Amino acid sequence: MPKFTHTDKLISSASVRARYARRCAALTAALIAVFVVSFFLGRYKVSPESFWRIFTSPFTGGDLSDISREVSATLYIRLPRVLAALLIGAALSTAGASYQGMFRNPMVSPDILGASTGAGFGAALAILLSMNYFGIMTLAFAGGMGAVLLAYLVSRSSRLDGTLSLVLAGVMISSLFSAGTSFIKLIADTDNQLPAITYWLMGSLSSIKLEDLPFAAIPIAAGLIPLILLRWRINLLTTGADEAKSLGVNVAGLRLAVIVCATLMTAASVAVSGMIGWIGLVIPHFVRLIFGYDYRRIIPMSAILGAAFLLAVDNIARIATTTELPLGILTSFVGAPIFVYLIMTGGQRREH
Amino acid sequence: MSIDAVKLCVSYGAHEVLSGVTFSAAAGDCLAVLGPNGVGKSTLFKCLLGFIAPTDGTVTVGGKKILGMPRAEAAKLIAYIPQTSVPTFNYTVLDTVLMGVTNSLPAFRGPNERHTQKALEILETLGIPHLAESGVEKISGGERQLALIARALIQDARVLIMDEPTANLDYGNRFRVMERITHLAANGYTVIFSTHEPNHALEYANCVLALKSGKILTFGEPNAVLTERTLSELYGIGVYVGKLTIGGAEHSVSLPYNR
Repeated sequence: MPKFTHTDKLISSASVRARYARRCAALTAALIAVFVVSFFLGRYKVSPESFWRIFTSPFTGGDLSDISREVSATLYIRLPRVLAALLIGAALSTAGASYQGMFRNPMVSPDILGASTGAGFGAALAILLSMNYFGIMTLAFAGGMGAVLLAYLVSRSSRLDGTLSLVLAGVMISSLFSAGTSFIKLIADTDNQLPAITYWLMGSLSSIKLEDLPFAAIPIAAGLIPLILLRWRINLLTTGADEAKSLGVNVAGLRLAVIVCATLMTAASVAVSGMIGWIGLVIPHFVRLIFGYDYRRIIPMSAILGAAFLLAVDNIARIATTTELPLGILTSFVGAPIFVYLIMTGGQRREH
Repeated sequence: MSIDAVKLCVSYGAHEVLSGVTFSAAAGDCLAVLGPNGVGKSTLFKCLLGFIAPTDGTVTVGGKKILGMPRAEAAKLIAYIPQTSVPTFNYTVLDTVLMGVTNSLPAFRGPNERHTQKALEILETLGIPHLAESGVEKISGGERQLALIARALIQDARVLIMDEPTANLDYGNRFRVMERITHLAANGYTVIFSTHEPNHALEYANCVLALKSGKILTFGEPNAVLTERTLSELYGIGVYVGKLTIGGAEHSVSLPYNR
């Protein structure tokens, strides 16, 4: 057996880290590329010169009055949509990744505690009450937060093991809210409200405006920043409550932080975009295949890959057909084949 | 550092799991905890680690009460080495070991280069430096157990609680892991391990605690207290205990039989 010394191992650890750094750089470059390309896709064409002038005008103070239609297409139609796709893709992926660590289960998605179904119910209720877009967002966000709060309170008063009671309570609260949504669909006006509810539940970014963005951006930032800061500790939650405690972690406090952050992000995402499934479940899985299991990489890389993926899918939704395709459908159509390919080819080569 | 359990009682409703358990172990001790399945070994360990509050009695480590102590502080006194199992997430051995430094980190920090260096040193003393970048899924059960021991050692706690360190291990790995454990005790750690193999208590421990029905059946030096009668009473089977002289050294061994 070969004799290994410290320095050998340090070099080897360093080369592993260098490999991850290269992959991170490639992923970031892909995100930037998708971001730039997004502004040129769609029925209204924007020329590269106009694009350059529009984005440098805050620094150069250039006059844009001759390209005012391109300015409005870029800044008021495409920019909000692109930013929303980035935010929501990042939010759903990191929420999913965090829950997967907390529940020690890679099959968990961000709606495990009822955040999505609660938000869906809130949105359906708002549409039934003929509220405007802002009203829909507000009720959806409140519904998502409320559902998870209910699940949490139920599990707190349960005598079962912490995570098990949480999952069970989440499943029950979810089915309660989805029954509520079905009931609203049943009594909704079939000419306008029912199609609106159905379409909303399938997810879309087409109607987002610049002034709606803070509604998603603030809760998502409030959830994402603490998770980024706590990312090392999420690793310890994957070892289970007893081991994490023995390693010096306040498990109840950390779990609560993860639940609050992930729910803020999920509820805000669903409130703005409707239900976009699949991303929160599978993007973290891609990230583990590419970047390994350390949450110090999983959280930021899930954010980047999730943002790039949702933006790319939203671009397809925008250009593929004359009528917009719902995102919830497209994420699966695009993502599932890639995922199957990755599973079949093994993804991360296992050298060890 | 010494660990003292005084009159520990634990009840779940009317069911008494532990009653009046008093013992102590000091630096250099290697204490084996024996007892049939469901006798309260896990409950005892949870009390020692401060995971659950005993109905009555106290646990102190180095003179400080473990219950109610902030977890980061407790983790510097007492470490827990669970049974090995294949984990859900395939961390590298190095990352697994680094999790042990969390008790000395602020909430928003991860381990740094200095911690990595220390982790590699510990892996080297345990003889597995070549596994640092291997995933824990792919290595053997014995190697995984060593990784968990390394994770406990980097915590800097002086009391080590091991839940069946040789469970799920093959014959050779059981021997290697037990050898490591006696080394740790010889280096001044206080080691408490549970086992279902009386021979491990006879061969490696300097002290044994036998639990029956939540009470201490016997406590003391293994060769003195692990008699045929005690082991028979403990497990409800016949047990021979004999001496073997192998390579000039005398060993006590036990062997069960159908009485």
